[in-house]
Amino acid sequence: MEHYPILLIIALPFLAGLAAVLLPTDSRTTVTWLAGATTLACLALTLSLYPSVSSGDSVIHRIQWVPALGLDFTLRMDGFAWIFALLVCGIGFLVVVYARYYMSAEDPIRRFYLFFLAFTGSMLGVVLSGNLILLVIFWELTSIFSFLLIGYWHHNQAARDGARMTFTITAIGGLALLAGVLIVGHIVGSYDLDVVLASGDAIRSHDLYVPALLLILLGTLTKSAQFPFHFWLPNAMAAPTPVSAFLHSATMVKAGVFLMARLWPVLSGTPEWFTILGLAGMASLVLGAYLAMFQQDLKGLLAYSTISHLGLITLLLSLGSPLAAVAAIFHMLNHATFKASLFMAAGIVDHEAGTRDLRRLSGLFRYMPITGTLVMVASAAMAGVPLLNGFLSKEMFFAEAVETHADSWVDTIAPYAAVLGSALAVTYSIRLIHSIFLGAPPESFPREPHEPPFWMRFPVTFLVVACLIVGIIPGMTIGPFLHVAVSSVLGDATPEYSLAVWHGFTLPLAMSAVALAGGALLYLAAGDYLERSESAPLLGRIQGYRIFEQVTVAVSWRWARLVEDIFGTRRLQPQMRLLAGAAIAAAAIPLFASGVGFEAYGNGTTDLAFAGLWGIGMICALAAAHQAKFHRLAALVLLGATGLVTCMTFVWLSAPDLAATQLVVEIVTTVLILLGLRWLPKRTSALVEPGGWMARLRRIRDLTIAVAAGAGMTAISYAVMTRTPPESIAGFFMEKAYSEGGGRNVVNVILVDFRGFDTLGEITVLGIVALTVFALLRRFRPAPDSIERPEQQQVQRSYDEAEPDREAGATAAEYLFVPSVIMQWMFPVVIVLAAYLLLRGHDAPGGGFVAGVAMAAGFILQYMAAGTVWVEDRLRILPVVWIGVGLLLAALTGTASLLLGDSFLTSYFRYADLPLVGKVPLASATVFDLGVFSLVVGATVLMLIAIAHQSIRRLRAARLEEERQ
Amino acid sequence: MELTLAIAIGVLTGSGVWLILRPRTYQLVIGLSLLSYAVNLFIFSMGRLRVGAAPVLGADGMGNPAGYADPVPQALVLTAIVIGFATTALLLVVLLVSRGMTGSDHVDGRESG
Repeated sequence: MEHYPILLIIALPFLAGLAAVLLPTDSRTTVTWLAGATTLACLALTLSLYPSVSSGDSVIHRIQWVPALGLDFTLRMDGFAWIFALLVCGIGFLVVVYARYYMSAEDPIRRFYLFFLAFTGSMLGVVLSGNLILLVIFWELTSIFSFLLIGYWHHNQAARDGARMTFTITAIGGLALLAGVLIVGHIVGSYDLDVVLASGDAIRSHDLYVPALLLILLGTLTKSAQFPFHFWLPNAMAAPTPVSAFLHSATMVKAGVFLMARLWPVLSGTPEWFTILGLAGMASLVLGAYLAMFQQDLKGLLAYSTISHLGLITLLLSLGSPLAAVAAIFHMLNHATFKASLFMAAGIVDHEAGTRDLRRLSGLFRYMPITGTLVMVASAAMAGVPLLNGFLSKEMFFAEAVETHADSWVDTIAPYAAVLGSALAVTYSIRLIHSIFLGAPPESFPREPHEPPFWMRFPVTFLVVACLIVGIIPGMTIGPFLHVAVSSVLGDATPEYSLAVWHGFTLPLAMSAVALAGGALLYLAAGDYLERSESAPLLGRIQGYRIFEQVTVAVSWRWARLVEDIFGTRRLQPQMRLLAGAAIAAAAIPLFASGVGFEAYGNGTTDLAFAGLWGIGMICALAAAHQAKFHRLAALVLLGATGLVTCMTFVWLSAPDLAATQLVVEIVTTVLILLGLRWLPKRTSALVEPGGWMARLRRIRDLTIAVAAGAGMTAISYAVMTRTPPESIAGFFMEKAYSEGGGRNVVNVILVDFRGFDTLGEITVLGIVALTVFALLRRFRPAPDSIERPEQQQVQRSYDEAEPDREAGATAAEYLFVPSVIMQWMFPVVIVLAAYLLLRGHDAPGGGFVAGVAMAAGFILQYMAAGTVWVEDRLRILPVVWIGVGLLLAALTGTASLLLGDSFLTSYFRYADLPLVGKVPLASATVFDLGVFSLVVGATVLMLIAIAHQSIRRLRAARLEEERQ
Repeated sequence: MELTLAIAIGVLTGSGVWLILRPRTYQLVIGLSLLSYAVNLFIFSMGRLRVGAAPVLGADGMGNPAGYADPVPQALVLTAIVIGFATTALLLVVLLVSRGMTGSDHVDGRESG
C-alpha cells in the first residue's frame, strides 16, 4: 500500500533538518524560512489528507522492512492521528515564527532548527506510526531530540541537568514501553496497529496482560510527566521558551496521553487500568495544581500546571467510559492551545522585562496591554472560565467524574479531587495574572518593558483567538474534526455527546461554579502568602528530583566505584594474566570434557633438516624473550631471525605467497621497531626489579602460565596436523579458481575474488590503523629524557667539532656511504620488483599485499639511505592519497559489477596481449588487487614515515627558527 | 615434521605469553610479534603440512584438489601477516605516546609500587 503524502509528512522535517546543517553558519533568515516552510508544508499535507480520513477510513503507507520479524515501516493516519498531526505541524509552525524573534543573534540557530525539525519529524512519527515497534523507535527519537533541545544552552548547568534528567526518565520509560509492546506483539502475533486494535479481548484476558500494561503505562506516565515521575518537567524549563512551548504543551508530554488514548480500546476497562491510571491522574491533577500555586518562576508555574492538566486527561482516560475518552481527547487539544500560548507569552514577558520571577514582576499591563489581555484570556481558559475552550472540556470532565464507573474508593473521591484540582487551577491562574500584570509597577525592571514585535506576538494571538472561538461556538468549529478523531479511536462505541456551552443548571455547572468561587476566595485569602513563600508547605520538601539525583549518584558513581574497586584493576599485567588464564581454560575445559585421548594421533613425517631449522628458530625465540628487557636491539635481531625461520617454513611447506609476504613484512616490521627504539628510555642492568621471594613467586607463576599455553598449543596443533583432514571447502576453490576466477594462483584468487569482500574489509582496517597511527603521532610529545640527540649522534658531533677541518654532521652523513649509494640505485629495481609481483599475482605467487609492502620497503630504503630531509626535498610521497585511491579503486571495482547487474565484487576476466610484456590476465580482480596494492603502500609508508618524522621534528623546528632570524 | 612444527608453535606461544606478562612496553611488542608468528603458523598448519604442492595450478588451470596444499588457511594467514604488521605499529605508537606522556616505559605508565 502506498500513499506518499503521509510519507512526506514524516520525511520532510528530517530532510529539512539535514539541509539546515548544510547551510552556512550565518544563514539565520534562510534557516528560519526553511523550518517555517517545512512545518507549513507538513501542515498543508495533513490538511489535504482530511477528506481521506473524515470518512472514518485510515490512510496507510506500508514499506516492507524486516518482514521476517513482522516489522513493517507502516504509516497510518486516521482521524485521531490526523488531528494530532495537525496540532504538531500547526503549533510547530507558530513556534518557528515565535523562535525567529525569541532566539538571540548569538545563539547557534542552525543547531536549534536542526533539533527542532528532527523532533517534529519524530513526534509526527509517533503520531502516524502504524506499527508498534516503529512507534517505539520514534518515541525514543523524541526522547533523544528533546534531550538535545532542552540542553540547547549547554553552557548552562541547569540546562544540562534538566536535559539529562528528562532523558533518563523518558528513555527508561521508552525501554519499558518497548518491553510492553513486545509482550503485546507476543500476545497478538503482530505489531501492526490495526491488528492490535482489533485484539482487545485477547489482550485483556491474557495472563501477560498485567505485565504488559504495567510496562506500557510506565512508558506513557513517564513521558507525560505523571505522578510519581512528574519531577522532570519543571527541571526541563531550562530549555529555551520556544522549546517549552512546543514540547511541554503540544508534543512531547502529549505523546504519553496520545498513546494511552490510542491503545484505550485495547487496554482500558480493567480494574488494573482504572486503579493505576486513576491514582496517577488524580495525584498529578491535585499535586500539580497545588505545587503550581507556590511557584515563583513563571515557567515553573506553567510546568506544574501542565502536570496537573495532563493528570486530568489521564484521570479521564482511566475511567473507561467512552464519554470520558471524548473529554480526554478534547482536553488534549484545548490544553495544547492555551498552554502553548501561555508559554510563548511567558517568553515574551521574560524577553521584555528581563525576568520570569513572579515576585519581581508587577504592573506590566500598562507597558504591554495587548500581551496582557492575551495572557488573561489564555489563563482564563486554563482556569476553565466559561466561553473559553478550557471550560468545555472541564465541564465534560466534571460530568464524568460524578458518574460511577467502578466500585472503588478512587471512583468515590474522584469528583472531590476534580473540584479541588480545578479550584487550585483557578487560584494559580489568578495569581499569574495578578502578579505579572496588575498592581503597581516596581521601582525598576532589569529592562524597560514594552510590547514585543507584532510577529512575535502573532502566535500567541492566533492561539488565544482559537481558544475563544472554540469556547464560544464549539459545535461549528472544532466539532466535526473532534468527531472524526473520537470515532476513529472509539469506533462503534462512539457515544452521543454535545459540545454546547450551555447545558442548563446541572451538577457539573455547579461544580464549576464552586471551583471558580473557591479558587478566587483562596487567592484572596492566601495571595500574599503565596507571593512570599519559598516552597510549598507539606509537600515542598519531598522533591522528586532530589531523590532522582541521589539514585543517579548512587548508581552511576558509588556503585560503579564499588564494582570497579572489587573487580577492576588499572594495571595491565593482572589483566593479561586473566586473559591468558581464561584462554587456556577455554581451550582446556572442552578438550578434557570431551575426552581427547592421545591414542588418536597418527604418525607424522620426520625431516631432520626441518627440525634443525626450527631448532635455530626456537632458540632465537627463547633468546628474544630473555633479552627483550635489557638488550632491545639483540631481541629485535633475534625476533627477525625467528621471522625468517617462519618464512622458510612457508617456503618449505608449499606456501610461496605467505613466504614472500612474510619476508617483506619482516623487513618493514624491523624498520618500524628500530624507529621506535629511539624513544624508549635507556635501560641498564642497574635498574633491577625489586627482588625477594614475592618477585620470584610472580615470575614462577608467569612462567607456569607461559609453559601451559605453549604446551597446550603444541598438543592441539600436533593433534590436528596428524589427523586426516576432513572434507573442506578447499576443493571448491581449487576447482573454480581458474574456471570462474581466471587465475591459477588459488590463494590470490581467494583473496581478490572469492573472498574479495573480506579483503575489502581488511584493507579498510589497514587504512584506519594507519590513519590512527598518524593521528596519534601528530600530538606526540617525547619524554624529557629522550629529547636530546641520541648518544651516538652526540659522540659523532663532538668528534666533528673537535677536528678543525670537519663540518658538523659530516660523520653522520658519511656513515654507511657505500651501502646508501647502493640503496639509492636499488630504488628502481624495487619498483620493478613490486610491479612484477603485482602483475603476476593472479597466476603465480605474488599479489597486491606482497607487492605493496615491497614497494613501501623501497620507499623506506630511500629514507634510510639518504635521510628524511634529503628524500622529502626530492620526492613527494602522499601516503594518504595512496590509501584513498586504493580504497576507492577496490570499492569501485566491486560497485562496477553491481552496475552490470551482478552481486558486489563479482569479477570478470580475459587475457590480453600487451606489447613487450606478453600475455597478461586482465581480470577485474586485477584492478581490485591494484587497489589493495595502493592501500598497502600508503598505509605502510604512512606509519613508517610518521614515526620517522618524530626524530626530525626538533630539527625542523630549529631550522624554521633559524630562517625566522 | 609435524612434531617439530607443533613444538615450535608451542615454544613461540610460550615465549610470547611470557613476554606479554612482563612489565616493560618493549617486551610487550616483542611478545605480541612472537605470538602472531605462533598463531599464523597454527592457522597455517590447520591445512596440514604438504611439501612441494603449492596451490598454484598448472598451465591448463585444472587441478585435482588432492594434489595441492589447502589454499584457505594460506589466504587467511596472508592478510593476517599484513594486519599483524599494522597492529604492531599501532601498539608501538600507543606505547611510545604513553611513554612520552608518562615518562615511563612501564605498561601501566608508572612503576609499580
